Amino acid sequence: MIRWDWIFDNLDQIAASVAEHLILTILAVWIGLAISLVAGLLIYDRRRLYGPTAGFFGILYTIPSLALFAFLVPITGLSLTSALIGLVSYTLLILLRNIMAGLDAVTPETREAAEAMGLSRAQRLVRVELPLALPVIVAGIRVATVTTIGLVMVTALIGQGGLGQLMLRGFNRSFPTMIYVGFVLTVALAIGLDLLLAWIGRVATPWARKGPG
Amino acid sequence: MPVGRRYGVSTMDGTRRAATVDFEHVTKHYDAGAITTGAPGAVTDLTLSVPAGAICVLVGPSGCGKTTSLKMVNRLIEPTSGRILLDGTDVAARDAVELRRGIGYVIQQVGLFPHQRIWENVATVPRLLGASLGRQRERADELLSLVGLDPAVHGSRFPAELSGGERQRVGVARALAADPPIMLMDEPFGAVDPIVRDRLQNELLRIQERLAKTILFVTHDIDEAIKMGDLVAVVDVGGRLAQFGPPAEILAGPASDFVARFVGADRGLKRLSLARVRDLTPLPVPMARLGEPARRAAADPLVRDQRFALLVDHEDRPIGWIADRELDRDGGITADMATPMSPLLDPETTLKDALSMLIDAEVLAGIVVDRDGRATGLITTEAIATWLRPSGVSTATSIEAAS
Amino acid sequence: MDIVSQTVGWLADPANWQGSAGIPSRLVEHALLSGMALAVALAVAVPIGLYVGHTGRGGTAATNVAGLGRAIPSYALLLLFFPIFGFGLVAPLLALVLLALPAILANVYVGLRGVDRELVDAGRGMGMRESEILIGVELPAALPVILAGIRTAAVAIVATATLAALIGGGGLGRFIVDGFALQDDGMLVSGALLVAILAVVVERGFTLAERRLVSPAVRAGSTHLVPLA
Repeated sequence: MIRWDWIFDNLDQIAASVAEHLILTILAVWIGLAISLVAGLLIYDRRRLYGPTAGFFGILYTIPSLALFAFLVPITGLSLTSALIGLVSYTLLILLRNIMAGLDAVTPETREAAEAMGLSRAQRLVRVELPLALPVIVAGIRVATVTTIGLVMVTALIGQGGLGQLMLRGFNRSFPTMIYVGFVLTVALAIGLDLLLAWIGRVATPWARKGPG
Repeated sequence: MPVGRRYGVSTMDGTRRAATVDFEHVTKHYDAGAITTGAPGAVTDLTLSVPAGAICVLVGPSGCGKTTSLKMVNRLIEPTSGRILLDGTDVAARDAVELRRGIGYVIQQVGLFPHQRIWENVATVPRLLGASLGRQRERADELLSLVGLDPAVHGSRFPAELSGGERQRVGVARALAADPPIMLMDEPFGAVDPIVRDRLQNELLRIQERLAKTILFVTHDIDEAIKMGDLVAVVDVGGRLAQFGPPAEILAGPASDFVARFVGADRGLKRLSLARVRDLTPLPVPMARLGEPARRAAADPLVRDQRFALLVDHEDRPIGWIADRELDRDGGITADMATPMSPLLDPETTLKDALSMLIDAEVLAGIVVDRDGRATGLITTEAIATWLRPSGVSTATSIEAAS
Repeated sequence: MDIVSQTVGWLADPANWQGSAGIPSRLVEHALLSGMALAVALAVAVPIGLYVGHTGRGGTAATNVAGLGRAIPSYALLLLFFPIFGFGLVAPLLALVLLALPAILANVYVGLRGVDRELVDAGRGMGMRESEILIGVELPAALPVILAGIRTAAVAIVATATLAALIGGGGLGRFIVDGFALQDDGMLVSGALLVAILAVVVERGFTLAERRLVSPAVRAGSTHLVPLA
């Protein structure tokens, strides 16, 4: 059933799809991270804002992807912009929650010591609290990335590329091989990125692994 | 055993690196609605002055505002009214962040940054002040050695790899890194076991000998206060100053019922730990030398008076006691004539430990010996008890009366 | 603004509320598909999760399955099953069940594992049978986590069921797909709106149910023994 010859003949097309998929995913997660970080740092000292912000991000998250893209299409058309807006929206809740949880995990005594030693608010956030929040934030980035990979597939419906496009064309032409290839590569991409991020997270936080010597 | 301290003196020209602290009518109150259990206590009209280079201990029951008072010095908490002066300058007049870089701060849970190595932690304030990486490392190594940690072993570790006692040493090192003129310590040794605590206290006293910093030390433990403080401020609930003075003064004359109760019913015994054997005037020892003709020793007026003689060797080192009737014979004195000995007391031994030793040995007098082991005098339990009595009236000075 | 009037116009049109292509029918289709998928997923995942969570055996396998499940995009599953099962309900149903399984399994497992061991030992010490411990002690304590997992799965199912329209299934997704194909922005956005509302309603509904079902003492966050006096 699987047409291996087709696969070998079209490796470049397949590779291009993977590349498109990857780029879209990374772009969406980066933008989402930037927005969530800014939001998180702004909200962190003003807890009353957290409820509404998280609520808003939460609604964006609950709306089924197809619906969200459908909302966007009449406004921003079948473009990369629509896709990115939708993709970024889905990452916001996860990332924001993890950023807040990560920052919250910093112990009170560490905070007190940092303040007492004469670090300004900005210095405390950047030099102490964010680095310590990193493990939790990285966990959030992993979930957001894997979720986004899945969602990039849906963007194929609004004309974007990636492996979703591959699967969709296979579907339209009743050519199962493309569907299978797209599926397997999507899963492989998801697992691969997840492991890569996990490794990066471990390397960036050497202190988290140490116990009493 | 901690050596006696005199504050304001240091071998490293420490006095110029120590600031004076003045509390002037400092008050902090919280809204009634904001009071919750475990919240910081209020402070009422606190006024006291701490001279440069002294350790001032703020001691009192939980919630009495001692921690609040401490935190008002580095402005982690702002007073409702009143002011705090460091070397004569109001702390409120200075930028808070900059102020804190010049104040060492040590807390019970230490608060080391888990994501940084030990040496990075220690070098935190020097780094903030712009020291080069090399200088940071240098300073960190210097301070780690000062607090008794080998920089080669611990410097590159992470806080999670150290024990509680080691972490607190790092905390102290970190606080000293920028050579601040004042240190604030909030129950720094409360989270470690008593053995480690004792060691850390002694280390701090040793360091203080060298650096002579002004230290404000908060504790709820009156014994720690007496041991560590040059000056002790006893604080009552509500942040009221109940008494302020050297530990001996507080123990000898509590200013109120509260202070008396807080110090404890055993304050007499506590006072004993403040004085040492060398603070007492020892009684002269009736001595008899090994090999000396017995009758000559018996003729010694002191021996005749006390009816006992301490047998010593030719270096004046004690061997044992001989009753004067044993000396009534011909020939030289030999070792087997002596009965077992009283405890030997080093002049640095606290009176509390000395009394303890005498009680354990079930004797009423101990022999004071110098560094070479030579007998220099006698201390009786009676003499110790007399020292305790404020009027200092003694009722007996003889061994016989004491036996 | 044109979109808004188109949408409002489409929703206001009574014709769109009748018949087999009307809003109510599509809603029912959507709900049925989602409900069936959830039911099947629960029927499969819960017993397995209970066993693995109570005994602790197979924990790593369960966690790995859950992790893997997250990596597989829902849309991909739909497209994958289509060549095998063709049009109809089977492909979407299977895809939705497989989508929900890992989430439910993971939460049941984690929820049970999170119950304080002392509670379980106390139960055993009192002579309760394993099944009694599971139902009477562990399940109530693990309920918040389990229900949260079911809620996540339900929302995911409702969301993905939208995509079922792509392979000829019914449900509210049809409005989006058809609106797209017919270039009818009113239908498109209305469909999206309806789907969004449904998803939010399901999410809120489950959250409320959780609040009702979980006893206040457990919700206070503790599944630990409270010392007497």
